[in-house]
Amino acid sequence: MTAIFKREFKAYFTSPLGYIYLAVFYFFEGMYFSALYGAASPHVEYIFPSFLFVLAVVLVTPVITMRLLSEDRRQKVDQALLTAPVGVGSIVLGKFFSAFAIYGLALAPTLLFEIVISVKADINWLVYLNALLGALLIGAALIAMGMFISSLTESPVISCVLTMVIFVLLLALPSMGSITGLDWVIAVCEKVAFINLFEAFAGSIFHIIDVIYLLSIAGVFVFASVRMVERRRWA
Amino acid sequence: MIEVSSLSKRYGKHLAVDNANFSIQKGEIVGFLGPNGAGKSTIMNIMTGYLSLTAGHVSIDGFDIMKNPEEAKKRIGYLPEIPPLYTDMTVKEYLYFMYDLKKVKFPKKPHIEEICRLVKIDNVFERLIKNLSKGYRQRVGIAQALIGNPDLLILDEPTVGLDPKQIIEIRNLIARLGKNHTVILSSHILSEIQEVCERIIIINRGHIIADDTPDNLSKKLSNDHSLALRVMGSEAETYKILNSIPGIERVSSLGSKEEGSCDFVIEPKPGNDIRAAVSTRLAERKKTLLSLRSNEMTLEQIFLRLTDAADNGRSLLGDAAREEEAETPAANKIKLDLDSDEAVIGAETESEKEYESEEEK
Repeated sequence: MTAIFKREFKAYFTSPLGYIYLAVFYFFEGMYFSALYGAASPHVEYIFPSFLFVLAVVLVTPVITMRLLSEDRRQKVDQALLTAPVGVGSIVLGKFFSAFAIYGLALAPTLLFEIVISVKADINWLVYLNALLGALLIGAALIAMGMFISSLTESPVISCVLTMVIFVLLLALPSMGSITGLDWVIAVCEKVAFINLFEAFAGSIFHIIDVIYLLSIAGVFVFASVRMVERRRWA
Repeated sequence: MIEVSSLSKRYGKHLAVDNANFSIQKGEIVGFLGPNGAGKSTIMNIMTGYLSLTAGHVSIDGFDIMKNPEEAKKRIGYLPEIPPLYTDMTVKEYLYFMYDLKKVKFPKKPHIEEICRLVKIDNVFERLIKNLSKGYRQRVGIAQALIGNPDLLILDEPTVGLDPKQIIEIRNLIARLGKNHTVILSSHILSEIQEVCERIIIINRGHIIADDTPDNLSKKLSNDHSLALRVMGSEAETYKILNSIPGIERVSSLGSKEEGSCDFVIEPKPGNDIRAAVSTRLAERKKTLLSLRSNEMTLEQIFLRLTDAADNGRSLLGDAAREEEAETPAANKIKLDLDSDEAVIGAETESEKEYESEEEK
């Protein structure tokens, strides 16, 4: 798993992909931070549910998941991986964590902002850490989902577009549910649309149920990706 | 080293490999020979654990590839048809990555350097794989297969797409590797197999149709043990002399191809070696023998005859060969699978085409 992780993580920086991904996040986070700083607000956690940040997550994260399992198949490198003495689980997990690490790097500046602000103002670290945990877990669930989609096709482009569409649909699900006017539909849509949990975590509320929910989504899609890779052997 | 028993692989309706049986001993260099789409790569992919099998067993050094894949895979170095290379990495990064992936125990740097020297890629060690020529990429592919010094090397069409010089180099490399490893290589290039392999397994439409040494295949399949000779002098006179040699079934004249000489083909009666008699008789009659060679079948001819026969659903080796087969030791006999039903083979053709087009996609 470590070998795959290292390779995939490095691969993000042998092409412009990793740099572009990080640049988009850093730009939006930077903009928001300067606004916070200007308004003398110590709430760095507000960055996560902000419109630009969520937009970046939805539109740019598919770029780091699109190649995860599709590219290897297209270039036939999967033959080297699957005939090496490692389990499919380790291969898939290595890839998952490489994308997750990039996502983690994308969130890293917020920690720096928090430190900068802590010098000048009294802040509650737990509130920030809770929001960060939420952002990381939502990212993990989305990355697992994107990776699963990349296991369905050999084309990174198709994988990217499909992932984007699904992420946007997830984001828009509560609004779509509210059209029906049915309370239970709205409630289900809000629960399913986990992208919207950014706000809940940033609102200094720690719900263990949400943590378990997001971890389960990540787990289910990582497992599904493993099964997809294995399934192809039996085709 | 390898035991393959009753191996079958089905892609939907298409039976890509049908009841393949063979075993390979340690140290052997075995060639899989067959036309494109015959099932060579499928068998190799199953042996290396890349594909599952529909029925049967494959064991590598006693470890079942399905039940104990990690132990079995540790013993295999595999070069697929398209070398599995990350083109965005340098040769060094890629080989280090494969070393880590395979969890090799040897000291990293010296081990990889030794492999690079062996396959002669030390001069491109720091270069990006995407900038390398096809020949070098193929070598990097072989290098990754050698990492961890596995007992068994499986090379799927290792020389495909290379220029003649590179083909010779890779072939020599395989011959060198064969001294310390069990090697299985596949090819549809006959000369390559003939040059390198001690044993040939001929595969056609998923069936193993022959399994023997190149020499034995040639002997067993060749109905004619005829001799071709060129003799100085007139056609009529030489014809008469040759016809007078005991043990000769028939003499045919091929006319003159070189000034002052004439070419003949002579067929001996079964079980007669007439080479000495021919040369002695011609010498006695003061006839100069310019050339004398045995008309043994080339591997190319054997291959075409076997695959054509299999395609037509008939057996090439008559009952005599079959009896001989029963007497020869199991590991060294021709296994014939030629008498399958013609209708069945015909029915497979359609689905095979489907499969090939799927693969192309």
